[in-house]
Amino acid sequence: MRKTIAATLMAGFTSFGATIAAAETLTIATVNNADMVVMQKLSPKFKEKTGIDLNWVILEENVLRQRVTTDIATKGGQFDVVTIGAYETPIWGKQNWLASLDDLGDSYDYKDVIEPVRNMLTVNGKLYAAPFYAESSFTYYRKDLFAQAGLTMPEQPTYTDIKKFATALHKPADNQYGICLRGKPGWGENMAYVGTLVNTFGGRWFDMDWKPQLTSPEWKEAVTFYVDILKNYGPPGATSNGHNENRALFSSGNCAMWIDATAAAGHIYNPAESKVADKTGFAKAPVAKVENGAGWGWAWALAVPNSSKKSDAAKKFIAWATSKDYVTLVGETQGWVSAPPGTRKSTYDNPEYKKAAPFGETVLKAILAADPTHPTAQPVPYAGIQFVAIPEFQGIGTQVGQSVAAALSGQSTVDQALQSAQTAVERTMKQAGYIK
Amino acid sequence: MRLKLDTHAALSLAGWLAASALFFPIAWMLLTSFKTEIEAVATTPSLIFTPTLDNYITVQERADYLKFALNSVVVSFGSTLLALALAVPAAYGMAFFPTKRTRGTLLWMLSTKMMPPVGALVPVTLVFRDLGLIDTLAGLIFVYALINLPIVVWMLYTFFREIPREILEAGRMDGATPLDELRFLLLPLSLPGLASTGLLAVILTWNEAFWSLNLTAAQAGPLTAFIASFSAPEGLFWAKLSAASTMAVAPILVFGWLSQRQLVRGLTFGAVK
Repeated sequence: MRKTIAATLMAGFTSFGATIAAAETLTIATVNNADMVVMQKLSPKFKEKTGIDLNWVILEENVLRQRVTTDIATKGGQFDVVTIGAYETPIWGKQNWLASLDDLGDSYDYKDVIEPVRNMLTVNGKLYAAPFYAESSFTYYRKDLFAQAGLTMPEQPTYTDIKKFATALHKPADNQYGICLRGKPGWGENMAYVGTLVNTFGGRWFDMDWKPQLTSPEWKEAVTFYVDILKNYGPPGATSNGHNENRALFSSGNCAMWIDATAAAGHIYNPAESKVADKTGFAKAPVAKVENGAGWGWAWALAVPNSSKKSDAAKKFIAWATSKDYVTLVGETQGWVSAPPGTRKSTYDNPEYKKAAPFGETVLKAILAADPTHPTAQPVPYAGIQFVAIPEFQGIGTQVGQSVAAALSGQSTVDQALQSAQTAVERTMKQAGYIK
Repeated sequence: MRLKLDTHAALSLAGWLAASALFFPIAWMLLTSFKTEIEAVATTPSLIFTPTLDNYITVQERADYLKFALNSVVVSFGSTLLALALAVPAAYGMAFFPTKRTRGTLLWMLSTKMMPPVGALVPVTLVFRDLGLIDTLAGLIFVYALINLPIVVWMLYTFFREIPREILEAGRMDGATPLDELRFLLLPLSLPGLASTGLLAVILTWNEAFWSLNLTAAQAGPLTAFIASFSAPEGLFWAKLSAASTMAVAPILVFGWLSQRQLVRGLTFGAVK
């Protein structure tokens, strides 16, 4: 009898404990990308399941980074789940700012998470952020324009092919440009693309002694190629075009080719957002000399800052939002073409997804090829394909991006631009103590 | 006579041109908010298009506009009242009982506006964290009152100086205490100045984005945080951002129009003696 009472009491206490846990409220900081908007829209399902309330804070990407950095550094504890990228995760993980996410449970099926993406978010064997959606870069092209001109896009184009196609398809009088590429300065804008171009021309940001390599022949060749093709066969005012502007240009039918994030494929393929939905073909990111790092690797991921006081509940949310079930939920409620791409193998095995997203296989191949551990042909001391995972890179990348944009707009020559970039990066690296 | 008419016409033309130049960004924002995302970023922007209300609907669906707007109202009016309450006695003291340090004090107050706010971000965050003020309306009111205080003191100081000392002295002769002087003489006499200072402080607070983004999370975010949440690193957002911005500036724009007469009167108060 006594045992039963004890058991009942115990059960009572546990359920009491559970109600306390259930009344918890999580604060989630995220960006306004379409996939995150869907996550917010579907989040009542998470509440239904767990009873955990959610507060959403949606911030501009750079503000989010600054806000979250301040919060973690001052242990403010305002955020329980934060959206970060493949760039911050290794840096913050190393700083011990994030909780490790290796305990999301068996049902999470870690093996199903695409390996290069998992690697991007892993430091010293620990996963510090769970991928929400991931991308590489590849080539979008207009099947109709290629057919009209009697051209064929190979599955793996070279940059020589790309230049040939751009020359043939550039008709500025009809508002049709041979190629659209990122020109807006910024480490995550033009330098994301230029970084991959340098990689495939055989270059690297730093040698093994952290000495900047911006005046090397590989950089010169890559940037000269970039300036030449974009100036002669690109849209006017390319220095103000970032990912979004080019996406708009391509989806309104102004570009014959566009080399950019695979994550835009679902949007280009959606007739509500694009005039070229049924006319767009997809090919791998072009290569020049070597295959390493020709296409980038990026993931938007969810992480729990160490300053959060509700990390258990936060992990529950992350396990939900990055699970196979969540992908299915999005597929079934929002249409399979909108399912978050690039994170799970099972998504690409799903016949429904295959049917709705014919570009899926090319995307998967691109992501599998984006190996963050071998970003360049020559050895490098850093991780990251289109970025260098050190805190200084945001500043460095943006500064070099401005020099490259100056060369593109004709304010300086390629040599001058790279020389001034080299000097600036050397100074920063000296100040930061990487080189003497 | 003829010449005079021409100058007059030229002047009003210049006035209209200046006003249109100033109003252009707002007009363009309004126009963009009725376009589709693709039209909003079209390289040859169109003036003729089929307007759509979709952006406003999407914005309203995703975020609770009223909550943000209410926060903005509470924060901007609350901080303005607090700043005025602190600044009126300070400006009174400095305007009517100046010492040789008054000028220096005024300049020093203004010098706090010369430091970029991010320089104070970490200390302010730490103090706020310890006082539990992060993401609270009280915290924002406090910070904005302090930020606007130098400007408010300066403006009130100049307005108070326009008031003839003799009037206050006469009051004193009749036995008015300093508080009575403030209440019955100074404040009524400088009402236009007070009103325009308050209006300016409200507008400055309404538009401030650095502290409102950095010190709020899910609860206390004003309309600036609401606008910022509609930009996206991947995906088109100009049309929705314009709709959100239009909704954010509309109240203060209307408020500005309604109080225009007061504002102009206040700003030119005492200009002609």
